[in-house]
Amino acid sequence: MSTTAIPLPAATAREESPGARAWRRLKRRKGAMVGLVVVVLFVLLAVFAPLIAPYDPTATSWSAVRKPPTWAHWMGTDEVGRDVLSRVIFGARASLSAGLVSVGIAVGLGVPLGLLSGYAGGWIDGVISRMVDAMLAIPFLILAITLAAFLGPSLSNAMIAIGVTATPVFVRLTRGQTIAAKVEDYVEAARAVGNPRLRIALRHILPNIVSPLLVQASLAIAGAIIAEAALSFLGLGQQPPAPSWGSMLNSAQRFLAQAPWMAFWPGFAIFLAVLSFNLLGDGLRDALDPKHR
Amino acid sequence: MSEPLLEVKGLAKHFAVKRFGFVSGHVRAVDGVDFHLDAGETLAIVGESGCGKSTVGRLVLRLLEPTAGSVRFEGEDLLALPETEMRARRQRLQVIFQDPYASLNPRMTVGAMLGEPLMLHRLATTETERRARVGELLELVGLRPEHARRYPHEFSGGQRQRLAIARALAVEPRLIVADEAVSALDVSIQAQVINLMQSLQKRFGLAYIFISHDLAVVKHIADRIAVMYLGKIVETATTEDLFRNPRHPYTRALLAAVPQPDPTVVRERALLEGDLPSAMNPPSGCLFHTRCPFVRDACRRDVPVLTDGGASATQSGHATACPYWPEFPPAAALAQSMGQEQDRIRLARLQAAFVSQTEAS
Repeated sequence: MSTTAIPLPAATAREESPGARAWRRLKRRKGAMVGLVVVVLFVLLAVFAPLIAPYDPTATSWSAVRKPPTWAHWMGTDEVGRDVLSRVIFGARASLSAGLVSVGIAVGLGVPLGLLSGYAGGWIDGVISRMVDAMLAIPFLILAITLAAFLGPSLSNAMIAIGVTATPVFVRLTRGQTIAAKVEDYVEAARAVGNPRLRIALRHILPNIVSPLLVQASLAIAGAIIAEAALSFLGLGQQPPAPSWGSMLNSAQRFLAQAPWMAFWPGFAIFLAVLSFNLLGDGLRDALDPKHR
Repeated sequence: MSEPLLEVKGLAKHFAVKRFGFVSGHVRAVDGVDFHLDAGETLAIVGESGCGKSTVGRLVLRLLEPTAGSVRFEGEDLLALPETEMRARRQRLQVIFQDPYASLNPRMTVGAMLGEPLMLHRLATTETERRARVGELLELVGLRPEHARRYPHEFSGGQRQRLAIARALAVEPRLIVADEAVSALDVSIQAQVINLMQSLQKRFGLAYIFISHDLAVVKHIADRIAVMYLGKIVETATTEDLFRNPRHPYTRALLAAVPQPDPTVVRERALLEGDLPSAMNPPSGCLFHTRCPFVRDACRRDVPVLTDGGASATQSGHATACPYWPEFPPAAALAQSMGQEQDRIRLARLQAAFVSQTEAS
């Protein structure tokens, strides 16, 4: 041992995993923290909706049709006398699950395809990239509406339609990041050590490109919430009488002059949720970017 | 004669250059390279940047697929192996890259990184066994077992290069390709890493292909040297022979270009004119004729062969790709200054840095 016992200056750097470092940097950003808090509140609202909502969101009351906000109904009532507050609270379930599930679908489809495309290259990359180009040539909402109409109106079909429509962005992002990462020395070193291709892609490339994917996912959730609202507004998403912010807006538009509260609150909820996810996404981007110090 | 550990013949790599999707030419990064390496030996490949020396290293490891040629390792043609077979063979050949900041996966702990080759090649089956072996490896390169929990960004450049060495050693290889392994480190750290590499070589009988442009380091570590120019080997000899008696005009120019720390030393200068020609459109005849101070008409026409003049047995294989070298003025003075003064000072400094560190322990 004596031949190799070369002393080293004691390592001074503190032990900190990449995740812990990102969290420390995220905490410093006010906008991101506000976004995170509001997102968490919405999630709690959606999860505990039956406990929080003062009324049954589908219970009608002919004695309280289109009543403006009162102490009994904080956000007023709609055209069949349902409590708007309760419907907004239950609507968070549809919107958040639409956001999460459809982005989950998009990530689940897009990331593996992007990894394959970027890492394999050649004709595989050619085929996948051309399909992505074709899908991206169609405007997001038009494609989502077409798919949703094709699948039939229901909330789960809307989620599938939004998820599939959001997939190409993830394929492209993952592909680009993979191409950049695969020429790194550490990927070459992983090959030299004898890693099989699949393991290189999953264990060496994927963890190193997770940051931009995370940012894109948080921004895509905001987009998916809007898309769900749009589909529900058009009657292709959440089906009545179950509440969703989009379908509430749809029924409110006929009474905009007489009962503006019917449109205001679901609209405000959409605005707040989308803004929070965007703030969170921007903050994540800054916190995970190694160039920002 | 037993078979050499590694035998490379006619190795070539031509990269297609595409313009508007059509192949418009080829870069001859490596063009017909032969060499061999015995177990426990160190061969240095030197040359200026862009001469193809790193490509040779990657071709030997089959990180790049050669255009032509053969790589026989332990008597087996590596290039003929299917991918799964080649993966198993990677246990025997390893690599250390130049930049220790790029060659370690930033998202993997040291323990995971060193444990991975053990798992891949089934050198440690249980978790406890693996952890013990990782600890051993870290101690072997002068780090501590508890460093296994850390991430690469928590280490200095020299420490990171030790980690890269530990990763290469994990699978107990016979051959390590060190691609500019110490070029990114500062001089005192270079000394540490080189000494570490040499002591590991003695201990495990490792063979090194040491790719470098730093002649002082090469002189210290190499048994034999191959000088490359534009994808070809122009001269190969034992280290001693090459420094004492450089034959090829390019080798002479390289030795003369090493900076001297002593301003009073007067020497031949400006031996080389012009830039490295494009490997896409190499000169005719001898590749070096555009910059050679001894150029003659035949050089533009005839392609020289790397030959030892049929005197291999006595000359210990000093081969030169220039037929006119006996007619050139002796390079003794040049080699003297390089071999003695400058180099001794530099090495003394390198070693002083190392010795003071070991004695301190």
